[in-house]
Formats: sequence, C-alpha cells, structure tokens
Amino acid sequence: MTPLLMDQASLDILCPMHARLDASGRVQGLGPTLQRVLAGQELRDTHFSRVFVVFRPRTVATLPDLLSLAGRRLQLRLAGQGDTLRGLAVPDGAGGAVLNLSFGLGLVEAVRDHALTSSDFAATDLAIDMLYLVEAKSAAMEASRTLNRRLRGAMLAAEERAFTDPLTGLRNRRALTRALTDLLRRDMDFAVMHVDLDFFKQVNDTLGHGAGDRVLARVAALMLEVTRQEDTVARIGGDEFVIVLVGVTDRVRLGELAARLIARLEAPIGFEAEAHGRAARVSASIGIALRQAGARLSTAEAVLEASDVALYAAKRAGRGQYAFHHPESAEKGPERRAAGGSVRGPEEGSPR
Amino acid sequence: MGKAIGLGSGGLLMERRMHGLVARTLQCFVQDTYGQDCWQNVADAAHLDLPEFEAMLDYESQLIGQILTRAEVELGKSRAAILEDIGTYLMAHPHNERLRRLMRYGGEDFIDFLHSLEELPGRARLAVPDLDLPPLELTETAPRRFTLVCRCKGPTNRGYSRVLAGVLRAMADDYGALVLLELEEGPGEAEVIQIAVIETAYSEGRAFDLGAHGAGRQPGGPGAGRK
Repeated sequence: MTPLLMDQASLDILCPMHARLDASGRVQGLGPTLQRVLAGQELRDTHFSRVFVVFRPRTVATLPDLLSLAGRRLQLRLAGQGDTLRGLAVPDGAGGAVLNLSFGLGLVEAVRDHALTSSDFAATDLAIDMLYLVEAKSAAMEASRTLNRRLRGAMLAAEERAFTDPLTGLRNRRALTRALTDLLRRDMDFAVMHVDLDFFKQVNDTLGHGAGDRVLARVAALMLEVTRQEDTVARIGGDEFVIVLVGVTDRVRLGELAARLIARLEAPIGFEAEAHGRAARVSASIGIALRQAGARLSTAEAVLEASDVALYAAKRAGRGQYAFHHPESAEKGPERRAAGGSVRGPEEGSPR
Repeated sequence: MGKAIGLGSGGLLMERRMHGLVARTLQCFVQDTYGQDCWQNVADAAHLDLPEFEAMLDYESQLIGQILTRAEVELGKSRAAILEDIGTYLMAHPHNERLRRLMRYGGEDFIDFLHSLEELPGRARLAVPDLDLPPLELTETAPRRFTLVCRCKGPTNRGYSRVLAGVLRAMADDYGALVLLELEEGPGEAEVIQIAVIETAYSEGRAFDLGAHGAGRQPGGPGAGRK
C-alpha cells in the first residue's frame, strides 16, 4: 500500500483538533479548532508536555511514552485550562506523532466558552448533534417538570376535595378515618366526641332543607369555634359529627367541653328571609370515647364504635346529654359504671 | 378502546392518538396569536373538557380535527392558511425560541438547512421518540430549485406540507434568505413543495449562537436566557 501523504489542510478538515508532534515531541502544527481553544498562542516548537497535560491512564512526559499509549483513550488538560479533554495519539510514520483531541463530556461548556460554531467541527463529528440533543432534552425536561407541577397541584386540590364535606367544609368520614389511623399509629392520647343533632329532622320538615343546610353550616362553625387547630372536626352523616381532640383525655375537661357545645347548639338559629323569621332549635347528644397511649382500642373503627355506644347511652337518657364510654373489661378506675356509659346533662357539668 | 385489536404496542392504537405536542401547539398558536378569549371560544365550540392540553400526554387524534374545524370558523380562515400560520408561528414566535434554535442546528445557511430537512424526522425522533413525522425527500432539480416531497400517511398527516411551508418561510427569514414556495398535491397521499431560493443572503437574518442555550453549567443558572 502506498504510504499516506497528507497535507496540513486535509488533516485540518478531518481532525480540526489535532496536534502534530515531531520526533522530539515538539509541536509542528495545530488544527484550527485547537488553535482557537488555545486562544491563538504561538506554540510551534514547544514541547507537547508543556501544552498537553496527559494524566490518564498515566502521566506522560516524553514522546516515546506518549507513543507507548498509541491507540488508547487519553485524558488530558490544556496547560492553564481546567476542562478535561479526550485524546488519541498515533505514530505519524516519520518518528513523530499525531495527537487528536475532543471535548468529551465538556462539549456544551467548551462550545459556549470558546464561542465555537458548527464549522469548528468535522462534518462527520456528532458534536453538533449532541448539542442539539442536549437542547432538546432540556426543553423536554422542562415540559415534563411543568406537567408534574401542574399534576401535583391538581392532585393536592383533588385530595383536599376528597377529604372535605362540601356542605360544611368540615372533614368527611374518609379524612376522619385517616386522622384516627394516624393518631393510633403514633400511639397518641386522644378523645373522640360523637355528636348527633337532636330535633334536626323537625327543622328539615318544618323549615325546609335550605334551613336544614344552614343549621348544619352553623353547627359546623360552632364546633370549629370550640376546638383547636390540631383537632379534627368531621361530618360523617346527615346530622352526625365527630370531633377528635388530640392529647385530651381528662374527663372533667371533656365533660365541660361537651356541656358547653350542647348549650351553644341549643341557642336558637334564626333565618330572617328564608323562614319568615322563625328560628330553628336543635340540641345534640354526645358520646365520648377516650383512647390512651398503649390502650387496647387499636383501630379507627373500634374507636368510633366505642363513641357510638356512648352516644346511644346518651340518647337513651334523653336529648341534650353526653356520656362517656366505659369498656367493661379494661376499666380499672373508680368511675366504673354499668354497661353503656355515665350520662350527664349539660347542667351537671362544671361551671361554664 | 383500540387496544383489543391485537396489534401489540403501536399499530392502530397509535394512529388514533395524537401527540400532546401537536395539540398543545394548536392551543398555544391560537392563544399567542389571537388571545385567550379566542382560544376559549374554540375550546368551548369543540366541547373540550379542559381548555388546556399537556405537551407530555397523548390525545385522540380526531379531537385535533375538531379543534381545527372550530378554529376555521372562529378565525375566519381556511385550514390551509391556519396550518401554514402554525408553521410560521412555531419558528418565529418568541415563545418558541427553543424550537427555532433546534431547527438552526440543520445548517449554516438556508441551502444547508434544506439539505438537512430529510434528517428532520430523525432529529424529531431523537428529541421526542414517539413523535412520528412523515418522511421527507429533497431533490435539487436545478441550481437553487428544489422539490420537497412529504410522504404523508393517513388523515392525521394531511396538510403537513402546509405546516412545513410555514416553517420554511419563517426559517428563510431567519437565515436572511429570499425564497418562493409552491404547494402541490403529490402522487397518492404525498404532498409536494416546490422551492426556489432566489437569494441566500437577502437580509441579515437572525443570530444563532451554538453555546447560548446549552444545559451545562451556565452563569445565569438553569433556564437563563430563556424568553
């Protein structure tokens, strides 16, 4: 085969980032893009080791050393510059070497820092396509992030709706179950007040459903007033509510709260326009279950069941009463009563 | 829906789906060119559940047809004119600067760019693997005269050459070239654009700096320089 005799111009087109080194390792020529990256420094006859700092697979200082790595992937820096370049050295057939370089993964920064254009790369080089791809990928990532942000916002809004009673704005049964499950999982002290409105059916029947809805909204507002931020107030049925009081298991305090709530609910609720000035009067029965850390009540259903048992004890004792649940087996305290619960009217509570 | 046909992935199912990018483009075109109210009218007339498309989701392809039909009525323009306006919008509107830049990767001047058009479906696939653009064939029939054949397939491709004509006109402006385009119905479903490049450096054109929008370490942080 005839030996390859290639002029500098052809090599510049094929490998615009090459360096030609003579037999003693001195620079004889630089491709146009490499010259640009080296900011046009006059480097002819400079020893290559003062221009190219080869550090992988090992440090290289002499031409024979460089040629011993011929054909292997080199990593190097240009003296005085920080970015790592890729290199490939081959013997030139005249005792010297041709060292070809590429930007490797630093391509995007190099193009920006040295203001390169597509004519700085060989036509066969995929560098420009890589830039294209980086840009396309950034655009796609951005679109994807935008979508994710929107979806997350929509998800939070849907979740909020899924846990809210639309009529009163209180939590719903799903939210209540979740709150109770969470408290049980964290083994917290808490009390559950199961509130059932008395005489609500009469309001609906005599004043209409619009008035009934107003009463429910008013009741909801009252319950939020007498509870704290960290408590949960839920509407779980037509006129059935549950209040979860976190960290409160003191019977005196709970009794006071129940009595105060009943008294406030019993105040007449007026409707000027809708019901020709007639006022709606309701009351409430309340069943209270306590759950102390380490106790046996271990599921949301069991806690609600206990408060429901107490609620029916209160109902049996007449309207406008509250009652505590007394689990027969686990109860040790002096307040132990017969099955059901201890029933009190609001007037028996401590001073309001 | 079409999944039971048994063609596995792709096949008929994909032909009934339209990439969200296409739907979103249509929406943004109407919003950016004619305003939000106009888009709302089009969306209402087409009975859209949500007046916003997501670029990263798929939609029923017939939905796009419905919207185009409503847009024709609302904008008082032919479908062909709307499609061509969309092509121009994609390249020339400031909101689509990124896309213009991606197209400029095609070449140094407009002739270069024309020669790169056959790579367009491949480039689109590199960026968005499920975006299927019709194959293009460019032939130089005389110096500076070109025939561009769009191998359109199926109803969702119809009118693709109109969009492309808008793209070509906008990119000619971008490169500062002066061109004449003529659209023809091709053999079968193909659509043909005859291109005459009168001047490659007719005006200054717009700047294109390769390093301007890279995703690397940027002094201005991510997204800097985005309009």
